[in-house]
Order: sequence, then C-alpha cells, then structure tokens
Amino acid sequence: MNPENYLFLAALLFTLGASGVLLRRNAIVVFMCVELMLNASNLALVTFSRMHGNLDGQIMAFFVMVVAAAEVVVGLAVIVTVYRSRHSASVDDASLMKL
Amino acid sequence: MSALATALAAETSTSTGEAVQFWVLGPLAVAGGLGTVLMRRAVHSALCLAGTMVILAMFYLANGAYFLGMVQIVVYTGAVMMLFLFVLMLVGVSATDSLKETLKGQRWLAAGCGLGLGILLIAGIGQASVGSFTGLAQANADGNVQGLASLLFTRYVVAFEVTGVLLTIAAVGATLLTHRERIERTKSQREQAAERVRGDHVPPLPAPGVYARHNAVDLPGLLPDGTPAELTMIETLRGRGQIREVHRQSVADVAALEARAAGYHGQTYMATAPKPRSVTALETTGRPDESGAVTDPRDAGPGTTGTTGSTGTTGTEDAEEARQ
Repeated sequence: MNPENYLFLAALLFTLGASGVLLRRNAIVVFMCVELMLNASNLALVTFSRMHGNLDGQIMAFFVMVVAAAEVVVGLAVIVTVYRSRHSASVDDASLMKL
Repeated sequence: MSALATALAAETSTSTGEAVQFWVLGPLAVAGGLGTVLMRRAVHSALCLAGTMVILAMFYLANGAYFLGMVQIVVYTGAVMMLFLFVLMLVGVSATDSLKETLKGQRWLAAGCGLGLGILLIAGIGQASVGSFTGLAQANADGNVQGLASLLFTRYVVAFEVTGVLLTIAAVGATLLTHRERIERTKSQREQAAERVRGDHVPPLPAPGVYARHNAVDLPGLLPDGTPAELTMIETLRGRGQIREVHRQSVADVAALEARAAGYHGQTYMATAPKPRSVTALETTGRPDESGAVTDPRDAGPGTTGTTGSTGTTGTEDAEEARQ
C-alpha cells in the first residue's frame, strides 16, 4: 500500500465535513463538521510529512490543532451566548441582518 | 503496529500490517464521518465524530507522528469533544434539526457541491501521485518528540509564541462572552433572617408557573382568576428582563377551565365563582342590597367547601368595609 491512500481518505473526510457544514442547521453540528475538516487536513499534513521525510508537516498539523482548540473555545462561547438571547441554536434563526 | 510501521518506513511501500490497519479502520473513519453529517440527534453526531478522531489518531501513529497521535487523543477526543458534549447538554440535547427548508432546493444543491468537491479533490490527488516516498526513519532517528521540539524552538519559535498569545486571547474572549454581571447585591445572613421573619410574607413563597405543558421558573404562577401572581416571580430574572409573559391564550384557557369546572360542580360553586375581589366590592358599594345577597356564601347553602367559604367570607368582609 502506498501512503497516498491516506490522502484519499483525508480528501473524503474533508468532503464529508464540507457537505455537513452546508447541510446541517444546528450550529453545534456545523461546528463539529468544521472540526472534521480540520482533522482531515491534519491527516493530509501528517502524510505529507512522511512522504517528504521531514517533520515540518507535523509541525503544521500541531499548529492546526492549537488553532482549532482556540477556535472551539470561542465558537462554543458564541453559540452559548446566541442560545441565551434567542433560545435556539439553529443557524437559520439568526437572520436579523437579512434584507 | 506503529513500531512495525516505523521499522519499515524507509522502504518504498508500507508494511502489510499497516495496509490491513488502513483497510479496516479507513472505512470505519468514513462511516464515522457520514454519521457525523447524517445523524439527526446532535449527541449521536458527537459520538461518531469522537470515533473518527480516535481512528485518525491511530493513523497518525501509523504514519510515525507519535506525539501528534497522543495529542489527538488527549486534546481532541479528551478535551474538545467533552466541551462539545457540555455545550450540547447546556443548549438542550433533545433539539433535532428542523426539516423546513429556508432556501428552496438548498439541500440538494449542497449535496451536489459536496460531491463535486470530493471528485475534484480525489482526482487531483490521483493526478499528482508519485510512486515512491521517503519515510520518517531518518527524521525520527533521535525520537519523534525530540525532532519536533528542535524544529519548534528554532525555526518555528515566533509562530509558537504567537500561538501562545492566541490561546490567551481565546481564553479571555470565552470568559468575556459567557460572563454575566451580578445584578443585585448579595444579601447578608442577617438581612435574610430579618426579611424572613419581619417581612410581610412569613410563609414560604409560592412556586413559579408549573403547567401541564410547561414547567419553568421564568413563567409566573397564576392566581385562581387567571392573573399572574407577583410573589411567584424571581427577583433576579425580573431584573434581567427574562420573565416571560403568560400568554393571553393560556390565561383564557385557565378561565374557560375554571368555568367548566364550576359548571360541573353545580350552581352553588357558581355563586362563589372566583371573581376579582375589587369588582365584588365595587358592586356591593353600587348596589348594596342585591349583590350582598349574591356574594354571601351562607345563602348558597351548606354544600360549599371550606375554601370557597373562606373566599366568600373575605368578600363579604370587604363589602362590609366598603359600606362603612
């Protein structure tokens, strides 16, 4: 088996995450799909690191993980705040700026 | 399995063990991803995502990224998914996605776009494929963690420190977003005791609104005549403006129910039917002879219950006060 198969798997998972972001309405599930996309990109980075034989790809994946952690903290705080004021976690309900 | 993978990583093709691992765990990871997207309940989505993340950690380990594999398990499945579950429980587990489409045909369009993106990505990777790979045996010679550290603290040290700033800002931001000011002063024990014993209201306060279809502290309880009772509202919620109105419809429902119950119990109950007390007082002042006879429960006969009798007597007392 060639490690390229990991790249195909990563592409598949990224696609699933992107479709989930477009399809789902619940803000938390949308957020989980974003996490799935980030994980897929991490898998691709780790595989690149192995194919090229240096550790820079793993460093990139490490930074992606740190940024994802920060993003999760702020994003979930935003979701909780929106839920408190509107009693709903649906992304369709926050439409006040729509014409 | 991961040790086996590193031992053979310098070669041009991966070991059979790793291939078996990939073909067993890869479909499981895809199934987890599908579950994350397609499960109707958010908790099920979260569990599917956690499974996918654990499988991805296995793949990191197989690819020679030992540190990242461990971090993936500890940070993602340990911390991030727990955070997700906490927020899910906070927001309400039972909430499912609505089936109503806000944009017409958006669902099919989105599925088509996802399919197109997938075909594009996979075709692109297939086009760019190379036969051989280097492997991490040389880079991981001094140990994976040591190799990562020597890169992280030399070439990527600025990015590393900026990341630290980012994490601090994220923590402050999350605290700021979810923080709430206390809107009233904390009462001391002495003040609480004085309030309890010397105040106007000595017995425990009545409970807030608990209805057959609803049970919440932000709804006021209703008096027998359907008006909201002031004493049942919580001071903090009132200060924040979070007291919800009891809808006029439900008040009317309560009134209708009362009327039906009164009709069921018969004429005697009707005579002392719950009217606002001030109205009876007004009537008695207007026409003292007739309405005094109507509101007097002792005229209605011996069949009246204790509670109706008591309200009736207060009504007559009011009427007597009004006459004086």
